[in-house]
Amino acid sequence: MIKNLFHTRISRAISLVTICFCCILIASSFSANNNPGNKTGTLKISFINTANGKPIILRDSLYSNYFGETYSISKLKYYISNIILSHNGKLNHMDGYYLMNAASDENSIELTLEPGKYNNLQFLLGVDSIRNCSGAQTGALDPMNDMFWTWNSGYVMFKLEGTAAVSTADLNRIEHHVGGYKGENNVATKIGLDLSGKNELEIKAGSTTELVIEMNLDNYWHGNAAIKIAETPVCMVTGELARKIASNFKNLFSIKSIHIIP
Amino acid sequence: MIISIMLFFIASLAIIAAVRDDGYGPFKPTPIAFKIPPGWPKPVSNIFANNKLTEEGFRLGKKLFYDGRLSKNGEVSCASCHQQFAAFATFDHDLSHGVSNSFTTRNAPGLFNLAWRTDMHWDGGVNHIEVQPLSPLTAPNEMGETLDSALYKIKKDTAYKRMFKAAFGDAVINSQRMLKALAQFTGTLISANSKYDKVKRGEATFTPYEEKGYTVFKAKCATCHKEPLFTDNSFRNNGLELNRFNDIGRQRITQLSSDSLKFRVPSLRNAQITFPYMHDGRIYSIPR
Repeated sequence: MIKNLFHTRISRAISLVTICFCCILIASSFSANNNPGNKTGTLKISFINTANGKPIILRDSLYSNYFGETYSISKLKYYISNIILSHNGKLNHMDGYYLMNAASDENSIELTLEPGKYNNLQFLLGVDSIRNCSGAQTGALDPMNDMFWTWNSGYVMFKLEGTAAVSTADLNRIEHHVGGYKGENNVATKIGLDLSGKNELEIKAGSTTELVIEMNLDNYWHGNAAIKIAETPVCMVTGELARKIASNFKNLFSIKSIHIIP
Repeated sequence: MIISIMLFFIASLAIIAAVRDDGYGPFKPTPIAFKIPPGWPKPVSNIFANNKLTEEGFRLGKKLFYDGRLSKNGEVSCASCHQQFAAFATFDHDLSHGVSNSFTTRNAPGLFNLAWRTDMHWDGGVNHIEVQPLSPLTAPNEMGETLDSALYKIKKDTAYKRMFKAAFGDAVINSQRMLKALAQFTGTLISANSKYDKVKRGEATFTPYEEKGYTVFKAKCATCHKEPLFTDNSFRNNGLELNRFNDIGRQRITQLSSDSLKFRVPSLRNAQITFPYMHDGRIYSIPR
């Protein structure tokens, strides 16, 4: 009798634990199902870098700029941040800092959005001034990414390195580290891209829309200011030259294509 | 019955796996309260805004500060130039030394009351205490190391894994955590217990000579060396000639000719043990 009772207690305890465990399993599977996957869609913004109408390949092709100066590229990196998407007259501010690097196979940003039509995309080419002076960062802003000036704090917003025969610098190099976040030396540039007409962007629930943005380096050398490699192969500090280069940033980006990824 | 025993077994395994300790114990950081000395201004608002002060964070920062592995060849730690017995300045050397018998071009300043500073370095080039160590760590004539390699070395040390876990909740070691821990150590070094402070608190009195000195000081020096920090944290050109390194000071940072030869006004706290003076240690003693 006693033995029997004991046995029952154990089996009861076992079933209780089992039930609890099953409940946890069920609960967790429910919470996974509750993900609002069906109520939102994904926007994938992909950046492709081009020059002379060709995709940029590091240390390979030669390109030529507006002034007929021939050059090659060994490094090309830039920050994208403060993304804002307009939808029904409402501005959706997206968090996140992204480092685009021509050395990577893919440079894209994935955002979760409400379904609907979006008529304008804005982003900052660079890192906003607040984040420039907020101490040690991680992720895309980790100083390990070699985009942070250690002796004069602040992020390099746009980095272009390479070589050109016309460069008077050591080893014919081009070294443009364009940065600066303070006052008039701030080179972070707001870029706005219109998403109306043929560039209509629609986010559909449960699917991914890809927006391909082309960064055309041909517009880096001219537009507002003439940047001749022969005259300014090196830009390593904040100030006048960096500002001059950055005055061309506005024309770097355009929309290449928009499509739904099946 | 067999099924429930099996389920029980699976459930127990899952529970054991879920709560299994990683060997470093639970995450229970001990907060440290940052105490502002009575009568002092408030520290810089963003100094510990995203870096909660804890015993564990401080201890980790202290270990990193004294660790030569942060330098290229293991020779130089932060403490090599910022020597504790010299109020964390370089003692008795005009220029601080770097790895492999190299000289820097400046005299490492004392580290104290940094929580009241908006920018670091003699030229104010560094805008936050957390990012300051990046400069000496990577400069070829200071610690000469890459951030990547320094982290690689400390990641191999299980003591660090334990300490990062204790300070941050898991054993991930990255540059941000390393820099935040260092800031917890350097940012809480406070100099507020000199004879001057004791007099101000009514615990001591100046001798007649000291009293006279204080009167002269208040009339002639206190504009730049503002009490109680004994610096107004500004950058000024005090008339020193351009040195052999063509160190133009603040102008290098701002690119403004009006900032030529301006350097930080140093605090006069711990002045007796932070000689030689000026950004390049050119003045050896106080009477000069």
